[in-house]
Amino acid sequence: MTENRVGVYICHCGHNIAGTVDVEEVALWAAGLPHVAVSRDYKFMCSSLGQELVEADIKEQHLTHVVVAACSPHMHEPTFRQACERAGLNPYLFEMANIREHASWVHPNDRAAATDKAKAIISGSVRRVLELSPLEPLRAPIHETTLVVGGGIAGINTALEIANAGHPVVLVEREPSIGGHMAQFDKTFPTLDCAACILTPKMFEVGMHPNIKLLTYSEVEQVDGYVGNFTVRIRKKARKINTELCTGCGDCWGRCPAKVVDNIYEAGIGYRTAIYRQFPQAVPKYPVIDVETCIYYKNGKCKACEKFCPTGAIDFDQEDEIILMQAGNIVLATGYDLFDARRIPAYGYGRLANVFTSMEFERLTNATGPTGGKVVLRDGVTAPESVAIIHCVGSRDKNYNVYCSATCCMAALKFAHLVKEKTNAEVYNFYIDMRTAFKDYEAFYIRLMEEGTHFIRGRVAEVTDAARIPGEEGKLIVQAEDTLVGKQRRIPVDMVILMGAMEPKDDAKEVAYRFGIGCSEAGFFTERHPKLDPVATMSEGIFIAGACQGPKDIPATVGQGAAAAARVLSLIGQGVVEIEPVRAVIDESRCSGCRICNNLCPYNAIDYLEEEGVSRVNAALCKGCGTCVAACPSQVIQGQHYTFDSLMSQIEGLLYDVGNNQNGHVRVMEPEPV
Amino acid sequence: MAEQKPKLALYWASSCGGCEISVLAVHEKILDVAAAFDIVFWPCAMDFKEEDVAAMDDGEVDVCLFNGAIRNDDNAHMAHLMRRKSKVLVAYGSCAMEGCIPGLANFTDREHMMNFIYHDSPSTDNPEGIEPQMRTTVPEGELTLPEFWNTVKTLDQVVPVDYYLPGCPPEAKWTLAAIEAILSGQLPPPGSVIGMDVTVCDECSRTRSEKHIKQFYRPYEIIPEPDICLLDQGLFCAGIATRAGCGALCPQVNMGCRGCYGPNEGVVDGGAKLISALASVVDGATPEEIDAVLETLPDPAGYFYRFSLPHSLLRRTHLVGSNGTRTVEKITATPQLDPKLKD
Ligand SMILES: Cc1cc2nc3c(=O)[nH]c(=O)nc-3n(C[C@H](O)[C@H](O)[C@H](O)COP(=O)(O)OP(=O)(O)OC[C@H]3O[C@@H](n4cnc5c(N)ncnc54)[C@H](O)[C@@H]3O)c2cc1C
Ligand code: SF4
Ligand code: SF4
Repeated sequence: MTENRVGVYICHCGHNIAGTVDVEEVALWAAGLPHVAVSRDYKFMCSSLGQELVEADIKEQHLTHVVVAACSPHMHEPTFRQACERAGLNPYLFEMANIREHASWVHPNDRAAATDKAKAIISGSVRRVLELSPLEPLRAPIHETTLVVGGGIAGINTALEIANAGHPVVLVEREPSIGGHMAQFDKTFPTLDCAACILTPKMFEVGMHPNIKLLTYSEVEQVDGYVGNFTVRIRKKARKINTELCTGCGDCWGRCPAKVVDNIYEAGIGYRTAIYRQFPQAVPKYPVIDVETCIYYKNGKCKACEKFCPTGAIDFDQEDEIILMQAGNIVLATGYDLFDARRIPAYGYGRLANVFTSMEFERLTNATGPTGGKVVLRDGVTAPESVAIIHCVGSRDKNYNVYCSATCCMAALKFAHLVKEKTNAEVYNFYIDMRTAFKDYEAFYIRLMEEGTHFIRGRVAEVTDAARIPGEEGKLIVQAEDTLVGKQRRIPVDMVILMGAMEPKDDAKEVAYRFGIGCSEAGFFTERHPKLDPVATMSEGIFIAGACQGPKDIPATVGQGAAAAARVLSLIGQGVVEIEPVRAVIDESRCSGCRICNNLCPYNAIDYLEEEGVSRVNAALCKGCGTCVAACPSQVIQGQHYTFDSLMSQIEGLLYDVGNNQNGHVRVMEPEPV
Repeated sequence: MAEQKPKLALYWASSCGGCEISVLAVHEKILDVAAAFDIVFWPCAMDFKEEDVAAMDDGEVDVCLFNGAIRNDDNAHMAHLMRRKSKVLVAYGSCAMEGCIPGLANFTDREHMMNFIYHDSPSTDNPEGIEPQMRTTVPEGELTLPEFWNTVKTLDQVVPVDYYLPGCPPEAKWTLAAIEAILSGQLPPPGSVIGMDVTVCDECSRTRSEKHIKQFYRPYEIIPEPDICLLDQGLFCAGIATRAGCGALCPQVNMGCRGCYGPNEGVVDGGAKLISALASVVDGATPEEIDAVLETLPDPAGYFYRFSLPHSLLRRTHLVGSNGTRTVEKITATPQLDPKLKD
């Protein structure tokens, strides 16, 4: 066996580390650690000069292992792994010691303590690196097809970008048509351009694109595999329409006698029929029969649609179809749900007729909506003379969601403008802070102030119909503290609009689990890095775009859709993926088949082999999270690169100046001698 | 005279005596042992005295099977003596290897234990408050007792040990295997545990499923199904984390494994392995539900570390007072002996 020669490099990180840790002393000290052949400190290890230093030492000093003591491995582990590889050293014989986040930054005022801690961390890393084994990344070809889930503006954009680059896309949308929330809007802030005019051409393009296979009224049921090689099971719900024959003429829904409230597209303020198309520009153009409300499925009679269909396209016996497909990459663009305003009883939604949700108002003001775009009260005729718009309903409120929904201030301004434009009513915006970041948004706010909208800074306590003073009878009274004036105000209005929060979709957690990604505390999908990798996830080959990642407006959504597409295209371009070999491995000869580990893996990577009576990890599915490694009571699951020996050695190294080591066991605190 | 037979010594320190009986449990094979070895010391069964061993040359004893934990001066003295005189020292049985039941005393300390045993326990009748003394003068002269330690230790925490034979007590077949290995000279590398490297589940014939523990039952609370994994039925079974070798004796008779064979090969802290394994499969959606499940496992520290406390990573911390006196702060999980023992 060749002699171990470890190179230790201590980075100053400018002042970030050197300002607190005595880097020269640490470098001198580290030179005296067992097996350390080279120990240096350097201003910026991540610079090309720093990397070249490591490369030169590997070659000239015949280093067998490398430790770089610098920042978090999150950022620069790949940098130094590549440097090692360039110099001919297996990149898994490199270890990063984090003396910035773990030492200098957390002990900014204690140079001695930070220096001691840096030593302990490095001692641990040197002990650990000596236990590491060379590993080779797994390689897998990338399937060219991309699965995009969710056909809102995010999914539409992603699909088009990839398809236009010449690669096949399967776009799966749960509803009968693509379009998402944007299809419900009339105007979009801040330009007030017509949502349909900018959205429908894109929807149409998706429908016609030779590279896009559109599966609407469909749902992904199961995902197996790994980056480059996902196997996806999709349930295409029975539309009860033979789309080969249907021309989308509309004779059927025109004759359907079953009228039902449309809770999805019309947000509950309009009707549709049992056989319906969501909206005129729907893509695809075919209707669906909702079997829950269709009279035929209730009592076997009716079939009016079938009678009137000129092409014989109605198929009452059509069944759900299961489609199995292969995909190399997956983009989730499943969007958001609007906050359920009933959760704040004090605002009266569902109890007081003229309290509306924002989405109801979008439909009310939409030319294709139930009132043809007239802004009227719940009675369907009376135009309001005064309207209150309440911001932050369910946002920035520790009882519901602490986050800011980012779009509601701007949408509230849009509504204020539309109300004024259509009814000339007095408009009162109740806000906590006005958030109009981003291009041209502040100008829109200024414009609204000039239009004469009233802005009252204060959280609304209550919306009530209990009049207390003259002038309040028959009105909705909005009670709030005006924090700019410093007094309580009661403002009687005819209509109240609640700007509900953008919330994670109600099934976001299940969807995340199905696709093997994580959710933030609020419930939005978690990105790989909040700043530098916002569209990737911790699962390789699975990307996220749009409001499913967090509240955002259309421009940001579209940007993320394009970003996700770019990430997918770059993987397709590479043709093969390298998969981190940091995986769990079960020593099957020693697995006792206790089955403790069987249902623990968040990625479903563990199978139990009945015949052999042992459990097995599917290396391609395993992400190396270590859950099973910790749980296995026999200790026969090893985490590669994080083996027990490497971890115990690291702990012993960290405690190099505490207690003594005995039998290879750490004796942190010795038993009393007597 | 025929060629010299190898010399065998057996000794017991703080133990219950079960290990001695287990040596006899090799039955008629004991005669082969007696034939193969020259037994030079075996206080339990033969009339040799300490002086006889002390008089021997260092390293003269070929093999010493040493059982029992080390919890007083005499135990330690004998451990050093036997180490000096023996070429191969085997930590025989759970007490010598891991501390075993005597080791549970490490959940408390000497002072509390003495108080409980000689004063406070409900069955103590000691109106004069007599406590054992290291020196007592009686008409016939002075009597002495070895000093009783605050902390129970394993044999290898006192002297270097060559091999370990786990079990409370070790199964006869492994005792024989060890003896045969020694006789044939085909010994594993020093420091090895003589036994298997899989867990009790491997020898257990019950059918196992994915685990979702909603409640732990005490053995008297349910009559378990004969063919289904006891743990799957909510009975605490340490078999998942315990070295095989016993033949799954306890699970065979509807009793959950208690863990006397110690942790599996390579495991540093068997109790910690049990905790992380069981905690992983507790079925509860909320912290409250999880707590409710855990509530059904009384004395968890006692369950998890029943045989291994002295050898585990759990340690009492020593607090040095301003006057230089050292006090011992007990590890937090105190078994419910007496409310007074808790501080
Ligand atoms: C009242 C209101 C007004 C707004 N006005 C504006 C505005 O004027 N200008 C602006 O820039 N932004 C506005 N926004 C923000 C805008 O709605 C979002 O930025 C945008 O809709 C996000 O698009 P998306 O594709 O990410 O999500 P969505 O529009 O929610 O689309 C998600 C799609 O995925 C589908 N889906 C969900 N789950 C699944 C699944 N499991 N399988 C298959 N399909 C699934 C859904 O059916 C939906 O079609 C407004 C928001 C609100 C609440
Ligand atoms: S380490 Fe274990 S639990 Fe984690 S992903 Fe791999 S197999 Fe699953
Ligand atoms: S927990 Fe360990 S011993 Fe039990 S089945 Fe899984 S791998 Fe095998």
